[in-house]
Amino acid sequence: MFNTKDRKKFVEKQEQSHEGAQIQYPHRLNFYDKPPLYDVTIEEFETCALDRLRVLAEIESSFARNRPWDDLKTVTLAQCQKYVPLNNNTAVTVDVDTQRRNDQLGHFVLRLAFCRSEELRRRFVKAESTLFRVRYDSDDRREREAFLKSRDLDWIEVGDAEKKTYEKELQALEIRKAGEDHTNEERYYKVKWTRVPDLVAKRRVFLRGGSAYVPSREQASIVLQTFEANLTRALENTAKVLPRMDEDTRLVPILNNLSQGFLAGVPSEWNGASTTSDEITADMVDEIAKKHFPMCMRNLHECLMRDRHLKHFGRLQYGLFLKVLGLSIEEAVMFWRKAFSGLTDDKFNKEYKYNIRHSYGLEGKRANYPAKSCQQILLTDKPGPSDCHGCPYRHFAPENLQTSLLATYSSHGLTTSDLPEIMKTVKEGHYHVACTRVFEITHSGGGVKKGEGIGGGESVTHPNQYASRSRELEKSQQDSAMVVE
Amino acid sequence: MTSTDSDASPEAMLAFYRHLYPFKSIFNWLNHEHVPTRLFTHREFAFTLQHDVYLRYNSFNTYEDLKKQVCALNPTRFEIGPIYTARPRDKKSVRSAAFTPVKRELVFDIDMTDYDGTRTCCSAADICVRCWAFIAAAVKVLHTALVDQFGFKHILWVYSGRRGIHCWVSDSDAMDLTDEQRRAIVNSLTVIEGGKEMAKKVNVRIGNKALPPSLWPASNTLRLLFDPLILKDQDVFATESNWEILLQLVPDNTITEKLRDKWSNNPSRSSSDKWLDLKRTIHKTYDEGSVEYNRLQNALEDIVLQYTYPRLDAEVSKHRNHLLKAPFCVHPKTGRVCVPVDPLHVDDFNPVTVPTVSGLLREMDESTKNGEEGADWSKTSLQPYVDMLDRHTAEIMDGVRRSKRAAASSDQSW
Repeated sequence: MFNTKDRKKFVEKQEQSHEGAQIQYPHRLNFYDKPPLYDVTIEEFETCALDRLRVLAEIESSFARNRPWDDLKTVTLAQCQKYVPLNNNTAVTVDVDTQRRNDQLGHFVLRLAFCRSEELRRRFVKAESTLFRVRYDSDDRREREAFLKSRDLDWIEVGDAEKKTYEKELQALEIRKAGEDHTNEERYYKVKWTRVPDLVAKRRVFLRGGSAYVPSREQASIVLQTFEANLTRALENTAKVLPRMDEDTRLVPILNNLSQGFLAGVPSEWNGASTTSDEITADMVDEIAKKHFPMCMRNLHECLMRDRHLKHFGRLQYGLFLKVLGLSIEEAVMFWRKAFSGLTDDKFNKEYKYNIRHSYGLEGKRANYPAKSCQQILLTDKPGPSDCHGCPYRHFAPENLQTSLLATYSSHGLTTSDLPEIMKTVKEGHYHVACTRVFEITHSGGGVKKGEGIGGGESVTHPNQYASRSRELEKSQQDSAMVVE
Repeated sequence: MTSTDSDASPEAMLAFYRHLYPFKSIFNWLNHEHVPTRLFTHREFAFTLQHDVYLRYNSFNTYEDLKKQVCALNPTRFEIGPIYTARPRDKKSVRSAAFTPVKRELVFDIDMTDYDGTRTCCSAADICVRCWAFIAAAVKVLHTALVDQFGFKHILWVYSGRRGIHCWVSDSDAMDLTDEQRRAIVNSLTVIEGGKEMAKKVNVRIGNKALPPSLWPASNTLRLLFDPLILKDQDVFATESNWEILLQLVPDNTITEKLRDKWSNNPSRSSSDKWLDLKRTIHKTYDEGSVEYNRLQNALEDIVLQYTYPRLDAEVSKHRNHLLKAPFCVHPKTGRVCVPVDPLHVDDFNPVTVPTVSGLLREMDESTKNGEEGADWSKTSLQPYVDMLDRHTAEIMDGVRRSKRAAASSDQSW
């Protein structure tokens, strides 16, 4: 798979440097800019890749499950230890070189497997750079510095004179622990701001004339960004030359298999396969809303009834929710038409009908859009100053949330004494836990106990899941009532 | 404004496109060079026709082609999109993977509707000279940030024709930004967050620390503006519902209760008096330098930001493939032309006296009667605005020429 001329040269070099055993991979961390130029067996080719894939797949599923960074790090390190161990230079009992060789080999094989489509490349880069970050964080400090020195990362260290000029600004960026005084101790590196977009977005760097002044504790951001940018570029190049690889019988089946393995993970969409997905009509919505909707949808519904209008993202969030709930396209058009009673037919047909049909996959690129999950509602399209969408637990002021909760759910058994507990979880940022607790309280009449969540201790991760579980409960209650009769 | 001035009838629009619209200046501004490049030929144009028909993915080889099409379709307005990997009009014949946006001016959109709640003079779609002060503040803050922090040079501000302003950054670095980098700029410039129901919309501090340094210049500018604009001119805290919001932003119950009593008994106290009351009460209640005192000073700083900081329409800036109305289009409701605004003299700009289509056509008729020569727009009050765009374009072209020359000489020196 690699140029034979290169290979020969490399073999010669390898023989020359064989006396110094550790020369080949002096650092534990690797930017993977040199491909493996040696012979490998087909078996090695496959096993190294599979081992690495296991680790990457675990990283992917950690993202899907929203594991906090520390958990992700522990899990990944454990997985690494099992499948692709990498030890420090100080390790004596293990063959560090073989470990590093397998690490490199696995990486390059997976590149071949994942370079084929935009989607695969994106996911591969994300997983690989996370793995790199985990290793970077856990690396020995001295070895890490040696590694950084061995590379040209294209940054300029900020001189004392310049540090003096921007002293105040730079000091404001410092995170100072009590009692510690380390002014002028911190080192700063100057890079183009486009290389550290994450730090710019969080206002964690000082910007001047297009340069970002990055404190040394944020150095990892630059390194990671460089790693990502290099890998993305390399993958695109690999994709271009891949068709010329003349390996149809031996390697291509393995590569196909590998890329499949990655795709199998991450089922994060809630698929509406439930027992209550019967047809709903436009005039049933109001009643169902009062009985079964989570707070976010209740709020949208009430805003819609009150203002006789919803802004774009509100329509999107609510419309897709209703679609998955079982509102057909005809009923949806009728529902929205009635709700927007302030509009003329003409304006409605022109400006809104298309969007409704679009969300049902009947216009434009005809995609069947899923309803938004809690994660999407919480994290994307934050509500602007006059918007009604979003997650009330997150986007309402605490006082307004309390009043709205009482107004909405007091008829379902929510009392003032429940509020402190809910507000505490909200304050800690566990919005879905607060929502789950409200579900438990408002459905205690149906036999739901504290900690049971929406069945089996699961917490709310999708508004449709909330609504459909609520309707299931009602149905089973009705059924059992009938049996008694 | 008389009723005829806001007239933007199809006939008037057609005459405007035929005789007055500066197609060549727009071409030069988008193209960065005199000879058509991909910056123009691979650029998407979208037309909104009469009766709200929307045509996307148009592209043109020359500005004459663009003019011909505009005159044939006579749209109410047209919008400018990104540069794609292929000509947008060939979209249907290329693979969808081979048709992606690659370059785009960095754009911002600020709209007065997002300021409801901090302005008392108008609401929703209306705008007056007094509201313009908010836009002027936004322009100053953003312009300074884009120049000083991000190092951009070629920034064009354009009045949107009714109640807002657009910003186009044409630096080649800005054209090349990825969506992720655009999102980073927007996030770093966005300070006002949270929906209708969120009282405190400014949450940019880590704990109780000082503001991040990137917001210092903005805070310094806006602090000076708070007194004349919010307290005196808009008198924002005059009504009970509004000063109640102010009290919600003060994180100290003893102080808010004192003030609530005082203000309910004297509802006629002006906003300036109320602000002074707040400051004095803080001063009396806590010692200077104590933790509570500093916390409240920070809260005051946040309040100033909440009432004056620019409110960006973030979605427009985040993605390369977003469309934005072209400069010099006419707003169909007001009949005003979307003219460039000089950021250094933004305070002097008056949205009410901007040239309108009907006014311009009248001026043109009169000058033809007098038998003057020259390009049609040069006889009207549109001229200074076209000149402003041309000067801006000349600077862009100069930059492009210089970087080309530098590239050529470094090529030779190897």
